[in-house]
Amino acid sequence: MKLITAVIKPHKWEEVREALETFGITGMTVTEASGYGRQKGHTEVYRGAEYDVSLVPKIRVEIVTEDEDVKDVVDVVVKSASTGKIGDGKVWVVPVESVVRVRTGEKDEAAL
Amino acid sequence: MDTGHAAWILTSASLVLMMTPALALFYGGMTRTKSVLNMMMMSFSAMGVVGVVYVLWGWSMSYGSEDVGGFFANPFELFGLSGVGGVDYISVAFQLTFAVLTAALISGALAERVKFSSWLVFLPLWVTLAYFPLAHMVWGGGFLSGSVDGLAAMIFGTTGSGADETATVAPIDYAGGTVVHINAGIAALILVLLIGKRRGFGKEPTRPGNLPLTMLGAGLLWFGWFGFNVGSYVDATGAEPISGGADGFVENSIAYATAFTGEVGLVWVNTAVAAAAAIIGWLVVEKLRDGKATSLGAASGIVAGLVAITPACGALSPIGSMILGVVAGALCALAVGLKFRFGYDDSLDVVGVHLVGGLVGTLGIGFLAVDGGLFYGDGIKLFVVQLAIALFAMLWSAVFTLIIGLAIKSVMGWRVSEEDEVEGIDLVEHGESAYDLASASGVARPTVAATLTTTPEGAKA
Repeated sequence: MKLITAVIKPHKWEEVREALETFGITGMTVTEASGYGRQKGHTEVYRGAEYDVSLVPKIRVEIVTEDEDVKDVVDVVVKSASTGKIGDGKVWVVPVESVVRVRTGEKDEAAL
Repeated sequence: MDTGHAAWILTSASLVLMMTPALALFYGGMTRTKSVLNMMMMSFSAMGVVGVVYVLWGWSMSYGSEDVGGFFANPFELFGLSGVGGVDYISVAFQLTFAVLTAALISGALAERVKFSSWLVFLPLWVTLAYFPLAHMVWGGGFLSGSVDGLAAMIFGTTGSGADETATVAPIDYAGGTVVHINAGIAALILVLLIGKRRGFGKEPTRPGNLPLTMLGAGLLWFGWFGFNVGSYVDATGAEPISGGADGFVENSIAYATAFTGEVGLVWVNTAVAAAAAIIGWLVVEKLRDGKATSLGAASGIVAGLVAITPACGALSPIGSMILGVVAGALCALAVGLKFRFGYDDSLDVVGVHLVGGLVGTLGIGFLAVDGGLFYGDGIKLFVVQLAIALFAMLWSAVFTLIIGLAIKSVMGWRVSEEDEVEGIDLVEHGESAYDLASASGVARPTVAATLTTTPEGAKA
């Protein structure tokens, strides 16, 4: 099993969710996050006072999936989240040792 | 006063009373999320404290008949409105709302760092020593009015004789350029110099927490300002339909109504067009200087224009008001940067908007007044008088604000502790949080998961 984490632009979230649902992903965890990469932040001016805002709002999506689906799920996310502009985000994959479904106590693949 | 005028003044009083909550929104939106409730409470508490004080001795000090040296009137003559009756209550209502608003205006300079208790002590002292006297001097027939013993009469002498004797060049302050805006602006400047900067001023970002609140506040201020300015109409004909008796009723009614309707429309239009022009003035400066025209700039421009037209709204033509508005918008947009250059933390620019805007309006009258202005070929005399009343108002306000400020500083102190300031003044002073933003502590809100496909329970019913 693998944990796929995607950090994407907030306004692409709906598209990513729909694409994942079409693909057959039934659950995920979503958090509002902030951060920056190459995009860096931006400048805001209030009554002439300039502020460098370093953190940019992002959506962080986490999905645990079976090994054979990983490549496809990553493709779906990357395709649906892409605008081609700087700041589109990142997707990374890490191995997961075990998963338990809280309600039934089912383990690993059965718990996904 | 006739019934139409009375109804309009009571309507205006209600409009002006609304300006203080509107100011709370205007200021509240500009503070950080950890300080918005305290900021709004500074305005709301002014409604509480000044509203009570005004009825107790505010009216008596401002408009009582027992004048003391032209500076204020005996506070005990009409204490608790004893001896006030009939039509005077209408004036009390209107003037009360002005006192409340003026005191609340100062709070914007003191954002995010002042003990609520110190503010509550400051309010009654300041209106008593600074506001009521200036209201008396300017509108109550005192030292800064056109009275025989006034400053203007000392400068250019008097005309007329007996009861009709007045200053040759009478000062003009229709709705409170000196009493309200210069007064509050100077008080703000003195206090910020006295109590010092917020932690991290000029270094840490202090981005506005909720600009839509500020936009809403600016809109409501503009709406209320029509009561502020247009309600300040004072009859100069002396034709009193109600107290004129049966004989003169019809004649007096016609004279009164003609004068009233002949002036209030112009005041309304001047008020509207000055604010409109000031939006443009402010945004042009921003676009040229910062690259973008901002929503905060538009909201600020509205207020700057309204501040400037306040003393001038009865004396200018609509074109003159437009010129005054655009100049006020542009100058205030430039003036708000001064605090960074000189290092005083006028947090929400009370000095930059109200002092500068108030001066633009009060002095601008000297150039733009249709009757007496320099641009209309009437020489420099009116400007000199306007400058004199502005300087005297500044001096009076500065001296008494300084005395009160120093007294509070030495007895109870002004500032919350540094730790509390960082923690957030809402929590420390009021035990509340404005927004249930779990994300402020690093835990995300669930809002993003809400999609259009889910409906709330009971929505189908």
